[in-house]
Amino acid sequence: MAERLPLAIYAMRLGDDALVLSHRLGEWVTNAPQLEEDVALGNIALDLLGQARTLLSYAGEVEGTGRSEDDLAYLRDERDFANVHLVELANGDFAVSMARQLAFSTYQLALYDRLQSSTDETLAAVAAKAVKEVDYHRDHATQWVLRLGDGTDESHRRMQAGLAHVWPYVDELFVTDDVEQSLAGDGVAVDASTLRASWDEYVDGVLAQATLERPEGPRTPPGGGRRGIHTEAMGYLLAEMQSLHRAHPGATW
Amino acid sequence: MAWAAAAGVLDPEVPVLTIEDLGVLRDVIVDERGGVMVTITPTYSGCPAMDAIREDVEEAVRGAGFDHVEVRTVLSPAWTTDWMTESGREALAAFGIAPPPAAGPPGGPVLVQLSVRCPQCGSARTREASRFGSTACKSMWVCEDCREPFDHFKAHR
Repeated sequence: MAERLPLAIYAMRLGDDALVLSHRLGEWVTNAPQLEEDVALGNIALDLLGQARTLLSYAGEVEGTGRSEDDLAYLRDERDFANVHLVELANGDFAVSMARQLAFSTYQLALYDRLQSSTDETLAAVAAKAVKEVDYHRDHATQWVLRLGDGTDESHRRMQAGLAHVWPYVDELFVTDDVEQSLAGDGVAVDASTLRASWDEYVDGVLAQATLERPEGPRTPPGGGRRGIHTEAMGYLLAEMQSLHRAHPGATW
Repeated sequence: MAWAAAAGVLDPEVPVLTIEDLGVLRDVIVDERGGVMVTITPTYSGCPAMDAIREDVEEAVRGAGFDHVEVRTVLSPAWTTDWMTESGREALAAFGIAPPPAAGPPGGPVLVQLSVRCPQCGSARTREASRFGSTACKSMWVCEDCREPFDHFKAHR
């Protein structure tokens, strides 16, 4: 196989983050603490799935192998997925999921906000559309972190534990590499390491208002998700997400 | 004629709005050989109604006597509720869905929405029950006066 084009790799990374988190959020439907949350998390999942569809279709188009969005979502193996670990972790309790939502949507909002001015027309269009949606996602997460953090002793304890659970996976969001750097140099991609300061500022503000402590180390070394090295949770997620398509190739309804 | 046919297609999720009212229909071009290119844009990235809309547009334009119809989807410029027509807003309210706030004049002050009016009794004493609703474009509200729950087509800018 020829060397893969950086643009295809980059679009697939963004698409995989959105796809995998969309799947995790979908698992909450019928299981959320209240009916409105089933609806809210289902809606957020749908926004992310829409972003993933465009990004993965584009990745397939750019690499020129004829792989469709379905081929990429349902027929790749674990080692070929390039999402960060944060999005693949099992949901945990509601507070863990809200901690993840706060961390991810804050990162994604900062990313898309900058990617709107990408020199790549498709990435710019995806970002300009998604940025309004993700702003709403971040607000949803923020409201819950405030409510749980500054709520009862029990909700505070669990929100703090939720933050501690996802915190080791935050650094990976801001790791950059040669693929991203070369695209960023051409104004196509955003150097993820430059998003950290605004992320810290926003999240620290929310945590302070929610009477929560910012978790401290020890941190695990940043990820490997971008290179296809995943946590144990990923295989189970793919098994569920892909089983129908693999058992009945091309099934539609 | 091709525009009128495409413009009459209803949104499958809010079937009192045409895709023209909604601002989803962006362009209809008829070339010299009678081929039609219709351009639509999704409301939200994951809007599941897009496939149905695409099929309905093809069928409607064919029904108007055009044999070659192509429907393409564009993301840019990104859809906003400011594109909703006045007749669309009225149709929504009559259907029981509180419409999004109207866009102010271009370059003018940005209007801030203080309350959502109940589409049943007209009261402004309403509260948001959930920021998300039955479709991506709506939130759920309750009227404190008539006590009816209702959908609000939320502002998206």
